[in-house]
Amino acid sequence: MSTEKILSSDGIPLELSLKKAERKNKLKAVMLVAPLFLFLIITYVFPIGDMLFRSVDDRMITKMLPNTFTAIEKWDGKELPEEPVYAALYEDLAYLKKTKTYGKIIARLNYEKGGFSSLIKKTVRKLGKFEEGNYKEQFIKVHKRWGQNEYLVALKNTAPNWSYAKYLKGVDLKFDQDRNIIQQDEDRRIHKILWLRTLKVAFWVTIFCFLLAYPISYLLATLPMKYSNLLMICVLLPFWTSLLVRTSSWMVLLQQQGPINDLIVWLGLAANDARPELMYNVIGTFVAMTQILLPFMVLPLYSVMKTISPSLMRAGKSLGGTPFVAFRKIYFPLTIPGIGAGSLLVFILAIGYYITPALVGGASGSLISNTIAYHMKSSLDWSFAAALGTMLLVGVLTIYWIYNKLVGIDNIKLG
Amino acid sequence: MSLPNYTSWNYRVWHYTYLTICALVFFFLIAPLFIILPLSFNAEQYMHFSKGMLALDPDAFSLRWYEDMIYGTKNPWGLAAKNSIIIAFFATIGSTILGTVAALGLSSRHMPYKAAFMALLISPMIVPLIISGTAIFFFMAKVGLAATHTGIILAHIILGTPFVVITVTATLTGFDHSVTRAAASLGSNPVNTFMKITLPLILPGVISGALFAFVTSFDEVVVVLFLAGLENTTIPIQMWVGLREQLSPTIMAVATCLIVMCPLLLPLYNSYV
Repeated sequence: MSTEKILSSDGIPLELSLKKAERKNKLKAVMLVAPLFLFLIITYVFPIGDMLFRSVDDRMITKMLPNTFTAIEKWDGKELPEEPVYAALYEDLAYLKKTKTYGKIIARLNYEKGGFSSLIKKTVRKLGKFEEGNYKEQFIKVHKRWGQNEYLVALKNTAPNWSYAKYLKGVDLKFDQDRNIIQQDEDRRIHKILWLRTLKVAFWVTIFCFLLAYPISYLLATLPMKYSNLLMICVLLPFWTSLLVRTSSWMVLLQQQGPINDLIVWLGLAANDARPELMYNVIGTFVAMTQILLPFMVLPLYSVMKTISPSLMRAGKSLGGTPFVAFRKIYFPLTIPGIGAGSLLVFILAIGYYITPALVGGASGSLISNTIAYHMKSSLDWSFAAALGTMLLVGVLTIYWIYNKLVGIDNIKLG
Repeated sequence: MSLPNYTSWNYRVWHYTYLTICALVFFFLIAPLFIILPLSFNAEQYMHFSKGMLALDPDAFSLRWYEDMIYGTKNPWGLAAKNSIIIAFFATIGSTILGTVAALGLSSRHMPYKAAFMALLISPMIVPLIISGTAIFFFMAKVGLAATHTGIILAHIILGTPFVVITVTATLTGFDHSVTRAAASLGSNPVNTFMKITLPLILPGVISGALFAFVTSFDEVVVVLFLAGLENTTIPIQMWVGLREQLSPTIMAVATCLIVMCPLLLPLYNSYV
């Protein structure tokens, strides 16, 4: 067999010149994607990475008490530390007092162990009266807690630069004195309930969206075009309407003097002075979210049902199946891709929902997103907000990954 | 749907039950939107129907909340509307350009790691807004763009591009690449080919993507809540503030305006997609 290479017109082997052209095309495609890719890397992916970093970053206190942590490093934690540790602590606190920045360490230390707040405040106040030498004695004189081993152990425990304590807090766990992981105190266990509620609401919203969307998607897919287009507007109009408008209409509907309560009273299901609370609890969140997310279930279901030929059902019936059997054995299995796509989409959207639960949910109907927003805007515990956000993100990305495997991300249909 | 004469009685019952269920679901979808319209004409400062309204007494209706919306003292809606339009306009342009160009690359058969890139470029649509908001806020604060229009526009470009990428790639799947080769062989440069051949062909996808990007930006609250200062307030922010503090009929008037705006977008969308 001839092994002679085929040459292109300018004398270069065809294989090489083809490869070159391929490379050029590849480069061209990559260059087109590059602007958006780089834009997103800088303004989106990197900030999300930064958020992840923030959730485990615990360097602030090490930076603010540098001498103390160098001195306390060698301490074994059994007996009270020696003089140099206290001397270093004095030096650090004196500097913080001068720059008026000790507020931050109070919050951090008090988080590690209650009681630090008053301890630091009192010590800083009396710092001016300290005399040189024998700091250990003076510290203990100012506040007896400086003579208690557990406070110094707690101080030493804050030394590592990285900490996953916020993640533990996110699932109602914490470190005890000896760095063992234990349950949070009974009255502080609120996050597990919140996670469960978020999952529960997302799950039931998905189920109800499916139950409501399936019949109407079938109707839309089987009606003649001129009717189905008209009905499609009923789906698209809410889909395109502002989320806040839809939420506010639910606030109007569900309020105590609202039309739904009027109807309940009129039907005699409740007395006029005992109108049920439909809003500011989990019912409100659930009902409003179901209506708002319904189009996201209808659209993928509809686009799948549209492709199923009606003759398949007729064939099933002509072969002796009852309509029910034909539906169960033929139609339903063919719609499963649509069900999968719609359900995953609704679940992903529901699990991170913020606006609607914040407005109609009240305290008992708020979800994990609302807690993240609370820590971002009110309690200003940003690292905890970042930790909760990261946990939610991991959950969503897992579902996204499944969605991508099952449905394919480029199969998302819009409208 | 009329049924043939031979259908059994059983099936008939089932059929009409089914239609009733569908009617109820459609009602559930669409009715809440319409509850707002009459309430925005309420003469009283209540968010529920007064007796006069139910009796269709003309005195029970008024335009005072629309007046309040436009001429009210310390009226935030004018500034909010201006900001919303400016932000949505620039965000739409940004997302449409970046998204369309990226979609062209993604649809090329030479693009390596297509699925991975696609998953990344779509991710702002999937990641919960509260997380995007948190992350973008940290970033904008770091680079000094928090509480600026630029910062909000950039954030909305991030959120809008996935829609453009999806709609444009969808139009490009049926795209016949030989037409661009034909143009090139006839001596057209790539830019000219894009403007004269490719763009007109993928225009429906681009327009519907742009529409999505516009609506996303115009309706976005969560990220703006983190980023906006008093100067950057938008319509959704004002609604959010209003809904949290007190339900005033002025909000219903604004909501009515937004609902009326929507059917104006629908035909535009439908005629292209």
